[in-house]
Order: sequence, then C-alpha cells, then structure tokens
Amino acid sequence: MHSKTLLDLAGAIASGAVRVIDLSFTLSPDFPVIVLPPEFGQAAPVRIQEISRYDARGPAWYWNNVTFGEHTGTHFDAPIHWFTGKDLANNAVDTMPAKDMIAPACVIDCSAQAAQDPDFVLTVPIVEAWEARHGRIPSRHWVLLRTDWSKKGWRDYSNLRDDGAHTPGPNAAVMKWLVEERGIIGFGTETIGTDAGQAGHFEPPYPAHHFLHGAGRYGLQCLCNLDQLPPIGAIVVASPLKIQNGSGSPLRVIALVSSA
Amino acid sequence: MTISLRTPYDGIVMAAPVTIPYVRYSIDSAQWWIGRALSAIVAQAGIRVSDIDGLCVSSFTLGADSGIGLTQHFGLCVRWLDTIPLGGASAIAALRKAARAVQARDADIVVCVAGDTNHVDSFRSTLENFSRFNQDAVYPYGAGGANSSFALIARNYMRRFGVTREDVGRIAVAQRSNALRNPHALMKTPLTLEQYLAARPISDPIHLFDCVMPCAGAEAFLVMREDTAASLRLPAAKLLSTIERHNAFADDPMQVRGGWAMDIGELYAMAGIRPDALDVVQTYDDYPIITMMQFEDLGFCSKGEGAAFVRQHDLTVGGDFPHNTSGGQLSVGQAGAAGAYLGLVEGLRQVLGMAGPTQVADANLCLASGFGMINYDRGLASGAAILAGPSR
Amino acid sequence: MTDPIEAPRRKNPLLRTRLPTSPPRARSRTSHGFTRAAAEGRFMLQRCEACGKFTYPAREACPMCLSARLVFVDAPPRGTLLAETTARVPSDVYFRERAPWRVGLVKMDCGPTMISHLHADCAEGVAVRMSFQLDKSGQAVAFARPEAETPNMADDRQWREMSADPKFRRVFVTNGRSAIGREAALALKAAGANVVFVGIAEPWRPFAGEELLRGQDGIELVNFDAANEKSTGDLAADIGGKVDILVNTTEYVRPGGLLDRKGTSIARDEIDHAYLGFINLAQAFGPVMRMRGADGINNSVAWVNILSVHALANWPAFGAYSASQAACLSLSHCLRAELRPGGIKLMNVFTGPVDTEWFQTVPPPKVAPRAIAQAVVAGLRGGLEEMYVGDVAEEIRQRLAANPKALERELDR
Repeated sequence: MHSKTLLDLAGAIASGAVRVIDLSFTLSPDFPVIVLPPEFGQAAPVRIQEISRYDARGPAWYWNNVTFGEHTGTHFDAPIHWFTGKDLANNAVDTMPAKDMIAPACVIDCSAQAAQDPDFVLTVPIVEAWEARHGRIPSRHWVLLRTDWSKKGWRDYSNLRDDGAHTPGPNAAVMKWLVEERGIIGFGTETIGTDAGQAGHFEPPYPAHHFLHGAGRYGLQCLCNLDQLPPIGAIVVASPLKIQNGSGSPLRVIALVSSA
Repeated sequence: MTISLRTPYDGIVMAAPVTIPYVRYSIDSAQWWIGRALSAIVAQAGIRVSDIDGLCVSSFTLGADSGIGLTQHFGLCVRWLDTIPLGGASAIAALRKAARAVQARDADIVVCVAGDTNHVDSFRSTLENFSRFNQDAVYPYGAGGANSSFALIARNYMRRFGVTREDVGRIAVAQRSNALRNPHALMKTPLTLEQYLAARPISDPIHLFDCVMPCAGAEAFLVMREDTAASLRLPAAKLLSTIERHNAFADDPMQVRGGWAMDIGELYAMAGIRPDALDVVQTYDDYPIITMMQFEDLGFCSKGEGAAFVRQHDLTVGGDFPHNTSGGQLSVGQAGAAGAYLGLVEGLRQVLGMAGPTQVADANLCLASGFGMINYDRGLASGAAILAGPSR
Repeated sequence: MTDPIEAPRRKNPLLRTRLPTSPPRARSRTSHGFTRAAAEGRFMLQRCEACGKFTYPAREACPMCLSARLVFVDAPPRGTLLAETTARVPSDVYFRERAPWRVGLVKMDCGPTMISHLHADCAEGVAVRMSFQLDKSGQAVAFARPEAETPNMADDRQWREMSADPKFRRVFVTNGRSAIGREAALALKAAGANVVFVGIAEPWRPFAGEELLRGQDGIELVNFDAANEKSTGDLAADIGGKVDILVNTTEYVRPGGLLDRKGTSIARDEIDHAYLGFINLAQAFGPVMRMRGADGINNSVAWVNILSVHALANWPAFGAYSASQAACLSLSHCLRAELRPGGIKLMNVFTGPVDTEWFQTVPPPKVAPRAIAQAVVAGLRGGLEEMYVGDVAEEIRQRLAANPKALERELDR
C-alpha cells in the first residue's frame, strides 16, 4: 500500500471527512461491573486513589493510583478468558496479533426490539434479514449489536432481578454461525458482557464467550455511541492494555466513520 | 486534764517575723519572693547570711527546685535542711521541726520561709496538679478547685448544725475590719454583712467573700534557742506547745472536724494554759467556715456551737476575741504556701508587740493554727502552736 | 424533673461554631481501672482481696490493711448523696463555658465516698445510682443519677455531655445494603435521630429490604461506597458538616483462611472494604466531626464501628476476615485518639457470627442484626466505648481474658 493512503486518512481525520467516534464509557468506580454469585471471585471495581494533587504529597503534580479488574468498564475479552480458548496460541492480550486491533465493523440495530424486551435474543434470522439489506457480513469484521442499552441509567442498565440480569444478547446458534459461517473477528455489545443477562441458561451457557473465544475471536462490551455508526463501513480500533497473560482489559475503543 | 509526756520546748524561741507585702499577680518567680524574705530576715535580725545554718522552705511554685537547690541559689551553707509540702499546715510543721533541731543543737539559727509567686495561670496549674487523688477524682468534676471541695464540706456542716450564711459572714466581716488597719492587705475597702450576703455565688454555698484571693508573697521567721536570741539581742517569743495531725477521723463520711479535736488536750496541757488565757488567736482561714470549725475543735466552744460563739464575740483587733488580726488570708490574700505562715507570723508580731496598726493591747499569749491539703474530700493536715511573749 | 431538650434550630451562619474543649484529662495509671469500667458500662471499684473492703479513689495499697491486692471488681452502684455544690466559676475552660456545673459527694452503700457529677434530679439525702462514664476528655468520671427513672432523664444537660444520645442528632449509617445497616438505620431513627443518612454502594444493584428504607420519613439514601475514595470525599462534601453520629456498618464477610484460599484477590476485597474503607471514611468525615464536638444540642458526638469479635482472636474458619477485622480494631484505636480532642467517642460493637447468609453453616447462637442495632442505640445512650453483643462475643471476651492460648486452640476446630 502506498504511504499516501495513510496520509490521506490522517488528512481526512483532521478535516473531519473521517469522524472519530468514541465508543467507550468513562472508566469510573461508579460504573456497574458484572455480578457473579458472591461465593465466586469478583472483578475488582475501579478504584482511583489520589497520589498527590499539587499538595504536600507532590506540590507541582497531580496523579492517581488506579486499580481495576481486567473486565471492568468498556473492555476487551481475549480468547484466554474462556475455557474454550485456553489452549490456543497467542490467546492473551499481550500476545494477540496487533493487526487484530483494527478491523471494520457491521452494526446490527436491534434497539427497537431491545426496548420492548430486555431479554431480546439475537438470532440467525435477524442477522440474515440484516444481510438482506446490507449485504453478507465479510470475514474478519466485528459484529456490533446495537441495543441503545448504553443510554439507560445504571440500575436499568444492569437490570438485576432476583433471577439474575435481564439484558439482551445473542443466542447460541447465531454465535456459532457468525464465527463458523461468517468468520467474524469479534462480537461487541453495549451491555455488561457479550452474552445476554440470562445466557447462563442457554445451551451451551454463555454462547458468545464459548464460540468466540473457542475460535480465537474477541469480545467487546460496555460500548456506547453505537447509534452513531453506519451499518457497515466503520473501522473499529480496539487495542487492549498489554497485560502479561491478560484475559482482557479496559480500553478506549474508537471507530472511524466516513462522513461522506 | 491531759498530761503531756512530750519533751517541753524549753528555751526555744521564734524571732524576726517577716512579711514581704503581697501583690495580686507577679511576673517574678517563687525564688525571687523567697530571696526577698531571706534578705529581709537577715536585715531585721542583724545577722550575716553565713550565720544561718538551718533552712526550712515551703512553696507550690518553685518548679523543679526544693530546699537543696535554694541553698546554692541563695548562697546558704546549712547543716539542717527541710522542704515541707503541707500547704496550709506548712508553717506549724516547719516550726515544730526547726524547734527540735535547734533544741538538739543540730542547728543554731533556722530560717523558716514560705513564698509563692502568682502568675496569671499559676493558680489553675496548681489546682490541676495538686495531688494524685485530686487529679484522679476531684479536679475532673467541674474543676471548681478547693472552692467546690469546701463547698461540699460547708453545705453539710451548715445543714447539720443549723449554721446560716450570716453566721459565717461575721467572721469575714470582722477580718475585713482588721484588714483595714493593715496597709499590706490586698483588700482595702470595708465589707458589710449585707455586702457579704449579696456577693455572687462561686460554688454554693461558697460565695465571693468566702474565698481567698490568690496572690504572690512571702513570709518568714527565725527559730533558735533563747541564748542565741539573747546574744543577738533579738526580741523573741517562747514556743510553749504545738500539735500536728494528718488524716484524722478518716471514718467520718464528711468532714465536720479537723485533727485538732484529736490533740487539743495535749496542746493546752503542754502549754500549761487554758483556752481562755489566750490573748489573740490566728486561725487558718482559707474559708470562714473552716475558721468556725476551728473555734470548736480548738476548744473555744463545743462542736456545733461555732455559730453561737461567733455571734457572741467580737473578733476584731479591739474586740473580746481578737482573731486574725492582720485581716487573715480572706482580706490580706493567699500567697500560696505563705498563707500557712500568715497567721503564725502575725501572731509572733503580736506577742512581740511589733504588730503596729493591728496590735492587740497587751497581747502575750497567742495561738496560731494551720490546716491544709484537701487531697480528696477533706483537709488532711492540721496543726497549732501556742507562743508567749518575752514578758511571760 | 428534667425539662426536655428542645429540637435544635438551624445554625446561625453569622456565629462562629464553638470549638470543642476538654475537661481535665490527667489520671494516674491505676485510675484507668475506672476507664475500663466506663468503657464497658460497668461500675467497678477496687476491693481489697485481703480484707474485702472497697476503696476509692484508686489506690496502690488498702487503707484498712495495707495489702497491695486491690482488684477492680463490679461493685454495688447504690449510694446516698451527702452534699452537693454548684461550681459557677470553674478555673478550667471546658467547665467554665458549661457552668454552672453540679457535683456532689456520695456515700456508697459499699463503703467509700465518691465525688461525682450529678444528674439534675439527684437530691441530698436521697439514694442515687452511681456509674462511671467517659467524659469529653475520654477519661472515666463518676456520675450519679436518681435510682429510679425520672421524666426526660436522658435530656439532663450534664448527662448529655457524657452520652451520645441519638435524640435530635443526625446519623450516617455507612452501609444500608447489609441487614445490620438497615436495622441500625431504623433503630436510630426510632431513637429520635433527626435524620439518618444511609449509604448505598452500587445503587444499580437491588438489595434486600430496600423498600424498608426508601421513602421512609427521616431516612435518606445516599450514594456511598466506603471503598471508593472519591465517593467518600463527595459525600463528606455534601453532608459531612451534619453528621453527628457515624455508624460504620461496612461489612465484607467471606469464609476461609490462608491455605485453602488461592491468591489475594478475596483478601484484597476484604481489606478494600473493611480497612481502606475505614480509612476513606475517617479521612472524609473525621476532621469535620472533630471540629464540631461542641456544636450545640446536635453536636458531633460518636463514631461507631461494628466489628467481629474475632478481631480479638482469630477464627481460622474465617481467618482472613478475622484479620481484616483486627486491622480495623487497631485502626479504631488510632481514630479514637485522633477524635479525642473533639470529645468524639469511638464505640466498637463486637459481635459474634451474625444471622446472615455468610454464617449460614455456622451453628447457633448467632446474633440477630436487630439486636446489634439495639445495642448501638443503647451504647450511644450510655456513652460506651466497647460493647459485646450476643453470647459468642461475650464468651470470647471472657475467655480471652482468662486464657488467650486456650481460646486460640479452641477456635481451631
């Protein structure tokens, strides 16, 4: 490729011809995290501890110590996260190919269905209907499930009830199909987790994790601003922190969108 | 009649009564005040500092110093030294010890001296650090200091014996009248019984004129043998008798009598006199109620009759029972440990005929008492001495 | 009879807040036998083991027989007021600004006479009930109250200096997600608190009993996570100036000790919530509370921690949790010292296993959260510093005093 292409891209970004959309939530202690039964180990929530703020602890500078679990905030799931991907090569955030951090995305808008039903499930027919309008999902593309879930208040966002979370997600068939038949690079959602809130009762349980990571693919969750993306044509930049043998990480996800 | 088996104070005398006039507050130290008293006593007795071979000192505000530090401070070389921390009983205790020291020729000329300064905060700090029981179990209760402790004693005493504030007030009023003759008294205005009764309460039933005013000052006297006094051509008073007692009547739930009541028989037996032979009486008057209690315990009347005694006698210099002739601590001021000396030094002046404007005519026999150390719920120390003038 | 105190008015913003002062604090070492008694709400005097006589004030030898075997033991608290006085011009700043102040001399039925603070309803010649209380200096003082209850007894001006009564005060219960926090909030409100702020972490997570708190008059749910530095700071900025009593109900119980646990992530959570949460709380709320220790009827008065009694002796079945509680206990002593200049009491309420899901498999007796809440109220009213709630806690306290090694061995099973 000619280096001019990259310069053109930079120019387009500078001119606004290519817009940069931030798909990330602010990493904060207040942001909900995944809730597992309490007897399991838990994701540490984000903690921000001030080291100094132009004071006796450091007169001219402000900085913090930050701690968090790998799966907090807007975050990335690597294949090693799930047992199905545990033996794959280069399956952790530090060893995954850097080129996988930039890929195009297909955005499937299910916000209308999700507004009606928090337990909305993405199925193969729904995706096929989408393909009928926008064309077949190319391989090595992200599939991003738009539900507008990110626009909710935190309580509705987690939507925890006494039988668990009720949030939309894919069923097992569609995940197997997207991975095996469409060769997607990964699957992204606005909810806490790539799987539906009730996906523990699916077969297999947590099918997005099961099929994605078993095939060396990735997950993105807690995304926002998906409503600003076109169904096709956006480029997603998702480069997790290079944590040694890390199963995932909070990250800044951006999308490049042509304004034309 | 009690017979005293104690060794008499044969030929033991007191001389050279010294008072360094008091001030309400002083920026000087206790050492300064004691130094002034020593200087005055040497001048008055016409002796050299090197003639002093015994020293007995009392003070609350010397800081880390005791008698030993003072010897170097003042250039004294003594062969007998004592420090007496007995508060209002210090003077009687000092006199007793010094008398026996010179009698046994352990020393020839003993200076007994007490002095305290009064900085703006020193009274509070003395209260706060007075004693362990006080610190543990008294001061944290309202921090009323001695006022509150004596208020409890006074309230109980007054209720039990039907004593009114008027009765108690007569003592304070008479003393103020005496004080008006004394140019060194801090209180210089007359006090009427009406004014006494109308005073503001401090710790009920203690009101303002029941309280002494803390101040700075010093007092001193010399103790020696009669022959020493004669060789110095010093007017001297004979010591006839003393008593001292600590923690008496511990089983009384509240204090209605002091240790004097235990030893009064011996006091008069040793002196060979009866109470009515006394010409002048100097009681320890930290509160007039304590004075009233002493009239009973020192044998001038029976227990419970103190109020009647006060009503029946004129306690002024010219009265039938001259008492606290300088004005006492109530009107002169309480210069810390020097307060213990005030009555004894005034009594010495009286029997030596040196009391000037407060002089009682023909005063020859004097009783002076001390009372001190309200360690917890009562005054623990009591003492008394009887002196006779040179003519006796 | 005591007049009821009036509900505090809003502060006049033109007046300077009265700063706390301390009554005289110096005590002999032996006298701290009374401090222990006061801390636990017991009435103890020294009694001579040789002659059996009670004595007071604290001594090093018996004044009846000179034996050195003077032991602090529970003593009959009844006495008779012999004489009283009202100090009107005390020499100490604390008492001077609270004068007139009433004290008296009480003859105890068991022998000694005691100088004592007086409840306004005590009368000369009448029987009184003596107790040791912690005053604003944190030291023990004798306090005589009428033998029987009198109207508005707890409203007595001098008594209220010793107690931390919730009446008319504003309370912050840090964790309303726990059963203890919930019960504490309700009990404190019922005890007359003007308002109870209840901290709710992760408000997006529903919790049991939420409906009991939400919308209740005088109970205000606030977004608060003790483990979150920013959250503690933000809330203190909002309500720090009106927290008179802080009840730290932070709770993070997980079973397990060392060898059967893998790694430190659970331990970190325990430390994060219990210990670092405590630090965040103290730093956010402590300084203002200390400054407001004399701020009128609804001055800041107390900090309460609910701690496992296994802070005192490790229970290996909950070994790491026990250690986190021990850390909090140690820190509480530091906080007590740092709050002391404000006259703020720090009360630790020790409990055995509580009747909650985390102690589900533990055999009874277990402590009901409501019992803990009631103890908190009672402890505040009594001005206590240490409380042991339930049979397990009380037993461990006694066994620890009797033989720490036996307790250590027996907790290992």
